[in-house]
Amino acid sequence: MRIVILGAGQVGSSVAENLVSEANDITVVDTDAGRLRKLQDRLDLRTIVGNAGHPEILERAGARDADMLLAVTQSDETNLVACKLAATMFNIPTKIARIRATDYLSHPEMFTPENFAVDTVICPEQVLTDYIAKLIEFPESLQVLEFAEGRVSLVAVRAFHGGPLVGKELQTIRKHLPNLDTRVAAIFRQDSPIIPDATTVIEVGDEVFFIAATEDIRGIMRELRRMDKPVKRVMIGGGGNIGRRLAKAIEDRYEVKIIEFNKRSAENLAAALNKTLVLVGDVTDEELLQTENIGDMDVYCALTNDDENNIMSSLLAKRMGARRVVALINRSAYVNLVQAGQIDIAISPAQATIGTLLAHVRQGDCVAVHSLRRGAAEALELVAHGDARSSKVVGRRIEEIDLPAGTTIGAIVRTHERTAGTDGKIMREHQVMIAHHDTVIEPDDHVIVFVVDKRTVSKVERLFQVSVGFV
Amino acid sequence: MTPLLTVFPHLGLIAMVMSLSHLLPLGISIGHDDGAAQAFVVSMIINFAVGCAMWLGTRHKKRDLTPRDGILLVVLAWCGGAAFATLPLLLAIPGLTFTDAYFETMSGLTTTGSTVLSELDALAPSLNFWRCLLVWLGGMGLIVLAVAILPLLGVGGRQIFKAETPGPMKDAKMTPRITETAKGLWVVYAIISVACAIAYYLAGMTWFDAVVHMFSTMGLGGFSSHDASYGYWDSPLIEAVAILFMLIASINFGSHFLALRSRSIAPYRADPELAWCLGIILGSCVGIALYLDWMGIYPDFLSSLRYASFNVVSIASTTGFASTDFNLWPIFAPMWMLFLCSFASCSGSTGGGIKMIRAQLLYIQVYREFVKLLHPTAAVPAKLGGQVMENKVIFSVLAFLFIYIASIVAMTLVMMASGLDDLTSFSAIVASINNTGPGLHKVGPATTYAVLSDFQTWVCTFAMLLGRLELFTVLIVFTPVFWRK
Repeated sequence: MRIVILGAGQVGSSVAENLVSEANDITVVDTDAGRLRKLQDRLDLRTIVGNAGHPEILERAGARDADMLLAVTQSDETNLVACKLAATMFNIPTKIARIRATDYLSHPEMFTPENFAVDTVICPEQVLTDYIAKLIEFPESLQVLEFAEGRVSLVAVRAFHGGPLVGKELQTIRKHLPNLDTRVAAIFRQDSPIIPDATTVIEVGDEVFFIAATEDIRGIMRELRRMDKPVKRVMIGGGGNIGRRLAKAIEDRYEVKIIEFNKRSAENLAAALNKTLVLVGDVTDEELLQTENIGDMDVYCALTNDDENNIMSSLLAKRMGARRVVALINRSAYVNLVQAGQIDIAISPAQATIGTLLAHVRQGDCVAVHSLRRGAAEALELVAHGDARSSKVVGRRIEEIDLPAGTTIGAIVRTHERTAGTDGKIMREHQVMIAHHDTVIEPDDHVIVFVVDKRTVSKVERLFQVSVGFV
Repeated sequence: MTPLLTVFPHLGLIAMVMSLSHLLPLGISIGHDDGAAQAFVVSMIINFAVGCAMWLGTRHKKRDLTPRDGILLVVLAWCGGAAFATLPLLLAIPGLTFTDAYFETMSGLTTTGSTVLSELDALAPSLNFWRCLLVWLGGMGLIVLAVAILPLLGVGGRQIFKAETPGPMKDAKMTPRITETAKGLWVVYAIISVACAIAYYLAGMTWFDAVVHMFSTMGLGGFSSHDASYGYWDSPLIEAVAILFMLIASINFGSHFLALRSRSIAPYRADPELAWCLGIILGSCVGIALYLDWMGIYPDFLSSLRYASFNVVSIASTTGFASTDFNLWPIFAPMWMLFLCSFASCSGSTGGGIKMIRAQLLYIQVYREFVKLLHPTAAVPAKLGGQVMENKVIFSVLAFLFIYIASIVAMTLVMMASGLDDLTSFSAIVASINNTGPGLHKVGPATTYAVLSDFQTWVCTFAMLLGRLELFTVLIVFTPVFWRK
């Protein structure tokens, strides 16, 4: 695929890094030559210096025969203009833009083909905010990811002493939970993946990924570890873009305090938020954390834009008694350093948000992609097209499908259409089916696939493509 | 050039407009043949002549108004307007002193509604009409009218508007041009007035009474053409209409304007004062009704509710009508009503007192202090209706509250020093400075302010002016700084 990426900031470079490894031709455009040089030194791609909103620059970046445009510059307006130009002058089929201003986001009509012609709008801050909000909602989990418009969830949990299922074979889940259906997609033991079968025994410290209908996940989590009290008090360190969004999203449900270093931004923050208590101070100030009762906090999130501050602040918070600490860490080296240590969850913004982009790069009809375990593993929601003759999956039982090693099918979401009432309105019903060996895949099923090794993703993609030869 | 000379041509114009407003009561007088026609003609001529002389004599001194000129103009317009308006009363009522007549017209123009006249039913209809017309004119503020009309004559308006319209929110202009805003407000005022008069008529008043009481209701004044006020009809329906329109008039007319223009109720929802204002007033109605019922004042709860609702709304909205002598209720009830009248009505309405928005800001400030004590590093903005108030606004509200309380204390002491009892002194001053009307004890709803000595009457007159022009405007004129060049 030929992809033009506009903007070599945090999102731009991490996307470039991810995509370049998947055999794509990447061109990156940015106004900062130094930043581009660094990128070029590291990765095999082309760079163009210039304003991404200018036709000539786009032309030089190869927009004329690009398959996809990814506009992720700092400026919403540049991104919008670039998409419009890509549509009218260069006919690029897929245009994705990062839009941050909520005012733009609340008017989706401006993204239609006759207006700014943005096919997909992404907002990494929002993705990240949703991600953290989920972790606060399910404080026992390491990660909660949603598929099929939220109907199915993939949850990562660390198995703890005292969980009823810990130390037992997986097949006992059925006996423990007769009413809940789930499938353990993978287990990571000391960072290496195990593809589970019925006799696999869950051990203490295992990172267990299971797939279930969203409403069942609380019940299943209870089997793997003791449940904590529900979260009531949340403290956020850092009132930047993400801190502000997170506070806004959760302030009605929890008691929220937020610490911001800059006095002016703290005042703006206080003006924008309604119930959140905004404190002016340093997130690593022990005294401040003490006076604000860090020890009583159920969750502490360190979300400043400084990795070191986030690490120190969350370590401090943990030491002072915060029940659970979450730190935002950009450098992947640091993530590996602190995860599973004193810091409960280290979030890499690039990894958390890359999935929304990957879904558009994947071959075949891919609805959602979530990048897991710092990019090593991946979970995909794919649509099975075709019929028993043209497809390698449709019409087959799961045990018959030739899945690459290290891949499991976790769940299937099937849409039933039926005509309701007398007015002929079509009702859609979505059925979540947890995959078992004898489940048969039907056309247009959404299949959720878990891949422990990213290198096998392309094989999975090919599996789901309709083979033209048989048509 | 002194500020005095600069504002004279404007005052002249206002006097001439005043003289035109004599035409309405003059028509009434001729229609009823009540013998006051001559007084109105004479007064009209004097008004016009003096206005003309002032305008002609000083018009070459005219220049754009500075804020200082604006303040002086507002104060003089009110004092002078009240003085000119006394002429028909003085000429038509033999034996009326200037002190009493001035109290009466000031009470009208400041929409207070306290009176020194008794036997109102026997008074010439045109004079009753004149008293109530003054309330209506004063209601939206002579100045807002002047802002809408006088700019057409080449008189700038921005400064006057700032000095006149009360409250911290006023800088948010509703239309780009001040003249348009004032005109819009005036049209809304007129539309609601017409609706109010028709509602009164349909509820059973004569057309004359309906119009007169509409004037008094819309201005939240409280003048009536009957000694018994609303007790004259003893009709729950008329009282209900009065309650409705008193509540409407105690809401910011800016919100009415925006709501009428956009034809939706969204502006009311966005009005941060509205919910508090209505909530507190209606809550008090029920509370007082329960209290009266508990004390056994009325035979059943429904009549308690009826009397409590009308009188609480009337006093809290700073109108001052009465349907019964609430002076006879246990002291808690009337005291609570007086307390309400000092803050319950919204800014930008025709009500008096410190206005709900200031009360809310004070509440928010107290809350901020609490939070600051618990969390010394917290950033707590003073947020009202989703908008952050600057600290200087809070400071000015605190200063305002201080002057307000100091004025009440000082004038109450003066009244007591002049020989009045404590309850009468206090309630008369509170009722005057809030532009409410009836106080308690000797100046209660069943009696008039005629019991006061001349000196005490002047103190109350001053209190009315002070309250109406939001304290600062009047007091600053008495500071040496104001007159320094």
